[in-house]
Amino acid sequence: MANITMSPADAVAVQGAPAVRVRSYWQNVGYRLRYDYLTLFFGAMVMLILLSAVFAPLLAPMDPYESSLINRLKPIGYKDFILGTDELGRDILSRMLYGGRISLTMGIMPVLVATLVGGTLGIVAGFVGGRTNMLIMRVVDVFYAFPSILLAVAISGAMGGGVVNGMLSLTLVFIPPLCRVAETATSQVRNLDFVEAARATGAKTFSIIRVHILGNVLGPILVYSSSMVSVSILLASGLSFLGLGVTPPEPDWGLMLNTLRQAIYINPVVCAIPGVAILITSICFNLVSDGLRSAMDVRL
Amino acid sequence: MTVTEDTRKAPALSAVDRKDLRDRGGERQPMLIARELKKHFPITGGVFNRAVGHVRAVDGVSFTVMKGETLGVVGESGCGKSTLARLLMHLIEPDSGELIFDGDAVGEKDGLLVRDMRRLMQMVFQDSYSSLNPRMPVEDSIAYGKKVHGASEAEAKAAARELLTKVGLDPNLFGPRYPHELSGGQKQRVNIARALVLEPRVVILDEAVSALDKSVEAQVLNLLRYLKQHFNLTYVFISHDLNVVQYVSDRVLVMYLGEVVEIGPVDEIYENPKHPYTQALLASRLSMDPDDRIEEPPLVGDPPNPINPPSGCRFRTRCKHAEKICEIDRPILGEWLSAEAHVTACHMFVPNSGHSVAAGAPVPPTPKRTEAAMAGGD
Amino acid sequence: MTDTGTPPLVRLQDLNVKFVTRESTVSAVNDVNLTLKAGEVLCIIGESGSGKSVSMRALMRLLPERRARITGTVEVDGKDVLSLKGKELSDLRGGLVSMIFQEPMTALDPVYTVGHQIAETVRRHEGCTYDQGMERALELLELVKVPSAERRLRAFPHELSGGLRQRAMIAMALSCRPKLLLADEPTTALDATVQIQVLILLRKIQAEMGMGVIFVTHDLGVAAEIADRVAVMYAGRIVETGTVQEVLGNPKHPYTQGMLSSTVHGNMRGKDIEAIPGSPPDLRAMPPGCAFAPRCKYAEAACTTALPPEVIFDAGRMARCIKVAPDSVRQKELVPAE
Repeated sequence: MANITMSPADAVAVQGAPAVRVRSYWQNVGYRLRYDYLTLFFGAMVMLILLSAVFAPLLAPMDPYESSLINRLKPIGYKDFILGTDELGRDILSRMLYGGRISLTMGIMPVLVATLVGGTLGIVAGFVGGRTNMLIMRVVDVFYAFPSILLAVAISGAMGGGVVNGMLSLTLVFIPPLCRVAETATSQVRNLDFVEAARATGAKTFSIIRVHILGNVLGPILVYSSSMVSVSILLASGLSFLGLGVTPPEPDWGLMLNTLRQAIYINPVVCAIPGVAILITSICFNLVSDGLRSAMDVRL
Repeated sequence: MTVTEDTRKAPALSAVDRKDLRDRGGERQPMLIARELKKHFPITGGVFNRAVGHVRAVDGVSFTVMKGETLGVVGESGCGKSTLARLLMHLIEPDSGELIFDGDAVGEKDGLLVRDMRRLMQMVFQDSYSSLNPRMPVEDSIAYGKKVHGASEAEAKAAARELLTKVGLDPNLFGPRYPHELSGGQKQRVNIARALVLEPRVVILDEAVSALDKSVEAQVLNLLRYLKQHFNLTYVFISHDLNVVQYVSDRVLVMYLGEVVEIGPVDEIYENPKHPYTQALLASRLSMDPDDRIEEPPLVGDPPNPINPPSGCRFRTRCKHAEKICEIDRPILGEWLSAEAHVTACHMFVPNSGHSVAAGAPVPPTPKRTEAAMAGGD
Repeated sequence: MTDTGTPPLVRLQDLNVKFVTRESTVSAVNDVNLTLKAGEVLCIIGESGSGKSVSMRALMRLLPERRARITGTVEVDGKDVLSLKGKELSDLRGGLVSMIFQEPMTALDPVYTVGHQIAETVRRHEGCTYDQGMERALELLELVKVPSAERRLRAFPHELSGGLRQRAMIAMALSCRPKLLLADEPTTALDATVQIQVLILLRKIQAEMGMGVIFVTHDLGVAAEIADRVAVMYAGRIVETGTVQEVLGNPKHPYTQGMLSSTVHGNMRGKDIEAIPGSPPDLRAMPPGCAFAPRCKYAEAACTTALPPEVIFDAGRMARCIKVAPDSVRQKELVPAE
């Protein structure tokens, strides 16, 4: 048989290819973020808040637990109390810095755990489909029926107060929405041709999920969970405010808001400080997740 | 971008030995025998997701694919040709029917495991935004199949790069790229390379060139021809484009609403179509001659809904030869097993079927386009 | 172009469309000149990215105003389309000019019945009552040969098959008796047996109503079925024009020749197809000179230095290639490369 050769016309498919730089999806996202100054700014704010909580022992000018009957409810800038004092005469700034540790932990940890658990459940439900999907998603729907704050209160109430129980209840609250987002994203990707092609090579389910699904659903899941952080901080504060999360005398933004509430007519500015901190933190997280969302919205 | 002399040079390839070491059943054993394949998709509705009806996507389809041939599958949208492709690959489990790959029953006891069959049979999808993983460099997409079957990272990569060369893409230039950085034709070349990485014997091409521009389509068709010879492949070529099917196929299978209406050698089908549907389909081809335009549409109306297909012959609602018998009785495809057979599922060609034409009445004239007219415009 | 007394229905003069983004500028349409007489069917043939759809959307001002920079002259029935504002523009769209698309589902509203949508369009443009609009809708559905039209008036778009949906969209486009119909690959997504039905229907309706039609397609076969004249586009430029017989029967430009030779038909079995090598140029960085030169087997040095002139053979017969320019043929002056 004669030599089979490819026609030269065919061998030059390379011609006319646009000379583009090769960038992966995540490099592309990074490239976009680099020019999104607003998101960068709020990202820096988030970092600042996180660092101030981490280094609270170094930054705090006073002992957050040390009360003083003489210095109760002093205004901002009174003597050494930069942000004034609370109803027991404790330094607000120090309590804010220490309080950030608990508040932020309660804001971030439940979302992290829920992303892992809910994301996994959602990906499994979305990829396997059928009865497994039915089972997982119907259970999730039951949780959906309650407003999240009510659910958190109910679970915390049943399990009793405390930081750990508070975080557990918040985790349970965030699993259903994250599971739903992961399920939706996965079931969309699952039916695409490249997943079919992977199945056609004889690849096992786990390998397909790891190699082909994960990279394509991680984006939407991360965006959603980052937007949940601000919700979680608010809910955690809410729980503490109701006395279900952190117990006194631990410093916590939500709890501080609760105890300072009584002094609102005496020194309203000082009372507002924990609230303002919660507001700023959640806005920062929210805007960062918005920025992330638009950076990840690259149509490839 | 300029083209270096290197890329213009055709890759030197030695002739391959026609004898395939993987051959088990011998030369006369068909590569594939599909017998009475059936797949009905339930349509669910109501609160409890109960089935309220079935889409008869593939309804008792039988055919053979000989070794080294190209079987063209034509039909309109909704005729079940894409479902058929997925049934052959066992991407969808058939409700009933059997599939025999080179003498071994697939997915049955003592037969060929589905996983092993998938090494031997691969599929090329229509180029669409979803045919390649957008988050993966194309060489990794190609190498993936190799890794699934136990090759090392380096082996898989090397195989992928070699195949990129074979499909006409420079691996250094294109290997690390992401799908969005390739044109439609280039992506389709990658899709083809991905299907070939497991060294299959059969490749199913599901509308593989349909989304491409005409000039690119021609390039890819040439490539497919070259690859078929080089790798000693058997093709099942699914398309709605009658001209392309005629160009690539040795035999042609015509589908209508989930059933085979006609199968036979390509020249037989194109020069002497028997089934009224095949005739209408061929007469609907656009001429390239502005002075020879089609004046009357060969068929009126759209294909009916596959959820509740017509009783008896499914084409009868659009067929001008339809008679009482067509409504009552489902015509069967004759002796389809042999490679030379030209058979059709139509009462007009079954003696004593009860159809007047079968009984000797003259066949009403049908519109027909000559080959000369089709080649016009040159 | 020499022309008899009547002004053309459509006149495009030096039409340029550029899409500007922060990263790049895409020259989608470059110096397009076209005329369409009333009652004529012009097919613009081109592959994806050739600028055929963009030119047509520019004609109706359907391009995003902020990103698309349109320059040149666009005249429809004597009106300067690029300077129209507000009410005048909406009178143009759907009144004087209407458009049909490849995918009818994008043009029909899924929450209203087909009859309602046509009736509303008629009412808006002609100021008649809703009932009169409904009557007209029934007439139109019968005109486009929708079987049991009365029942179909009450159908929602998703309840119709692909072919019927396309007919319903054509009916809607015809509702205000446009002088110009723009068709953007309206038969591409249809099956072969349905495609020919729709083509024949459009041909008949065009002849009856005497509309001008600009029909965009990538399929030479479709052009052969429906066109009077043909314009072939490549990389945003018109490379060849002529009657459909001239262009398909005796193509002058190497690109048109390549398109014809790479169109598959059965006689070529067992042989390689004469494909055009390579792929179209990147519209963000167009090569100087002829955009087809890198893929052209006749290309020579002169092709890549300056843009080839429009070589005009007869009225309406043009090819933009230096190889087809005999000395006797009247030439426009050489356009310097950009």
